[in-house]
Amino acid sequence: MEAQCINIIETMASCLVRGGTDPGLAQFLSIALGVLVVTLLPLILVIIFIWLERKIAARVQDRIGPNRVGPFGLLQNVADAVKLIIKEDITPAGADRLIYNAAPVIAILSVILVWGVIPYSPIHIGADLGIGVVYVVAVGSVGTLAIMMAGWSSNNKYALLGAFRVVAALVSYEVPMILALLVPLMIAGTMSMQGIVEAQQGMWFIVSAPIAALVFYISNLAETGRAPFDLIEAESELVAGYNIEYSGMKFGLFMASEFLHSFTANLLFAVIFLGGWSGPFVQQVPALGFVWLMAKTAVPYLFTLILRATIPRVRIDQMMAFNWKFLVPVALVNVLLVALILKVVQELGLSPSPENATDFVANVPQALILLVANLIMGVIVLNMLRNQGRRERMADQARMLRTVEQDKQIVPSAAR
Amino acid sequence: MLELNAQTIVFFIFSLLTLGGALGVVTNRNLIHGAIYLIISLFGGAGLFVLLSAPFFAAVQVLVYIGAIAILIIFAVMLTRSMTQLREVFNRQWWASALVGLLLFGLMLVGVILPVWGTGGSNADSPVSELTATTQDLGVALVDGNQYVLPFEVASLLLTAAMIGAIVIAREDD
Amino acid sequence: MIPLWMYLVVAAAMFCIGVYGVLARRNAVAILMSVELMLSAVNINLIAFWRYVTPQNMSGQAFTAFVFVVAAAEAAVGLAIVISIYRSRRSVIVNDVNVLRG
Repeated sequence: MEAQCINIIETMASCLVRGGTDPGLAQFLSIALGVLVVTLLPLILVIIFIWLERKIAARVQDRIGPNRVGPFGLLQNVADAVKLIIKEDITPAGADRLIYNAAPVIAILSVILVWGVIPYSPIHIGADLGIGVVYVVAVGSVGTLAIMMAGWSSNNKYALLGAFRVVAALVSYEVPMILALLVPLMIAGTMSMQGIVEAQQGMWFIVSAPIAALVFYISNLAETGRAPFDLIEAESELVAGYNIEYSGMKFGLFMASEFLHSFTANLLFAVIFLGGWSGPFVQQVPALGFVWLMAKTAVPYLFTLILRATIPRVRIDQMMAFNWKFLVPVALVNVLLVALILKVVQELGLSPSPENATDFVANVPQALILLVANLIMGVIVLNMLRNQGRRERMADQARMLRTVEQDKQIVPSAAR
Repeated sequence: MLELNAQTIVFFIFSLLTLGGALGVVTNRNLIHGAIYLIISLFGGAGLFVLLSAPFFAAVQVLVYIGAIAILIIFAVMLTRSMTQLREVFNRQWWASALVGLLLFGLMLVGVILPVWGTGGSNADSPVSELTATTQDLGVALVDGNQYVLPFEVASLLLTAAMIGAIVIAREDD
Repeated sequence: MIPLWMYLVVAAAMFCIGVYGVLARRNAVAILMSVELMLSAVNINLIAFWRYVTPQNMSGQAFTAFVFVVAAAEAAVGLAIVISIYRSRRSVIVNDVNVLRG
């Protein structure tokens, strides 16, 4: 059995078997190596993300950011990690020990598990599950459980209140996220992540489903606790929320999971809407797919970072009202619209057949029709919002005039 | 009887999680710990689904049961805590309940093991065929006019009614 | 391959533990948790039979999907009722909700 260059796992397994080890054991060892690689990749990349975040936030705020430790402050996170590791490991009195210690582990678990199904290149993927998208959503929902456990087990009412708010917001914003994910599922016809990326060879889904991409992006902002929805971990309010009683490396795990979650959400956005690993020369040099994927992730990620340093925070009731009164109806109507148009396009014969599915020109009619429909829907929604805003402004002005009139009647001297 | 391969080991691990979690739910005084045990038990159930070639239901179990229902139960536990949590965990007829549970289990064991007793487990040892229907077949079955589209629509109506009902019941009277 | 009866025994055990929980616990939320255990056991049972007896027929999976739906709806409404009872009677012990007792 000679070594075949399918991917690392296959190569190593066949090498081990040729060296005389038991095939079952060789398979197990090579899978273990694959798991190790997929797990260590985000943990090592997170060091760069945190540095990038701090530098960009600093530049937007007209300061320099970390620049002491290492060239351009690149080793700042290593120093932070060392600081967190050598801190004392405190458990508050009266805290539920097992849950208290398990919560940060589950938080970072729910983020790293997502990296197992992301296609890094045409041949490299952790596990090509047939239900990839549902798996990603399910694992993401385990993260809210970790926050609940952290808030409860700290034996601190501020932590509990913070956890309540956070979990209510997170569970609410899962609904438009799932609804927005239905649209690329419908267009691609498969739930597997590799299948979705391969279905985008002709046309990226951000062109075919811009409203779904926007709803997914906003839901990701809320799910990961990024501005303007970062009341979840607002450092300046509620005394830092659910992780107030955590210190040392457990707090470090929470922080790492949060930064990693933001990058992972943008990675999913790139895979599902921006075409994943597809790009020039990918079929010849498959490893180039990883480079394209990272480049495509960097665009929404940088946008998220700049957004964080720019936009003020919303209140919790504004956040929930925005979700239930705007995002969910828009996502629902979008799903209905795209389903209808896909069927109509299929009946008209304009959809790309499986033979020329990767051809750009063959995908243009369907994508164009979808794009136009989405834009029309977007214009209608914006007009409805504008009329609603105008109505509220008029009502406010009328109310203010009424109060001024009442004041004039009560105090005649005010009617001057 | 059973060969010691990876599938058997995984089955035993997940069964242990399921049954251990279930026992933890019904015997725990602290309800939050009970909810955590429920989560462990449901996670074991999800693992069993994966072993049974139903990965979609494993993901749905984690998403719906653990990600939503368990969190809802934790919320309910926290919102309904009374000052005195020192009462007994079980009510006065706990021995009768245990008897009923054991009798029911014995009955089910008889019903399950009797057909395969003595035959060496030949007629239900392995699945009928290795070809299973995929998630795509499930999707088609739920919207096909000849199959399950009517229960599907009724189920969505049920969910809508349950959602509206829960909101109305739990709302403060203002 | 795991014999079918092992899956059925696990599901039966889970169901009976749920039955014990429903009959023996005093707290309403604990009873609802036990009901969820029972429904999950039913799901395992259905999927095991589907896999081993009729893997091509979708009845087993469709049935399981509807059991999921019913479990979610019942959990939501049940917990809403429990919270409402707690608001009016300040207690979730089921023995205390006995206004209609003869």
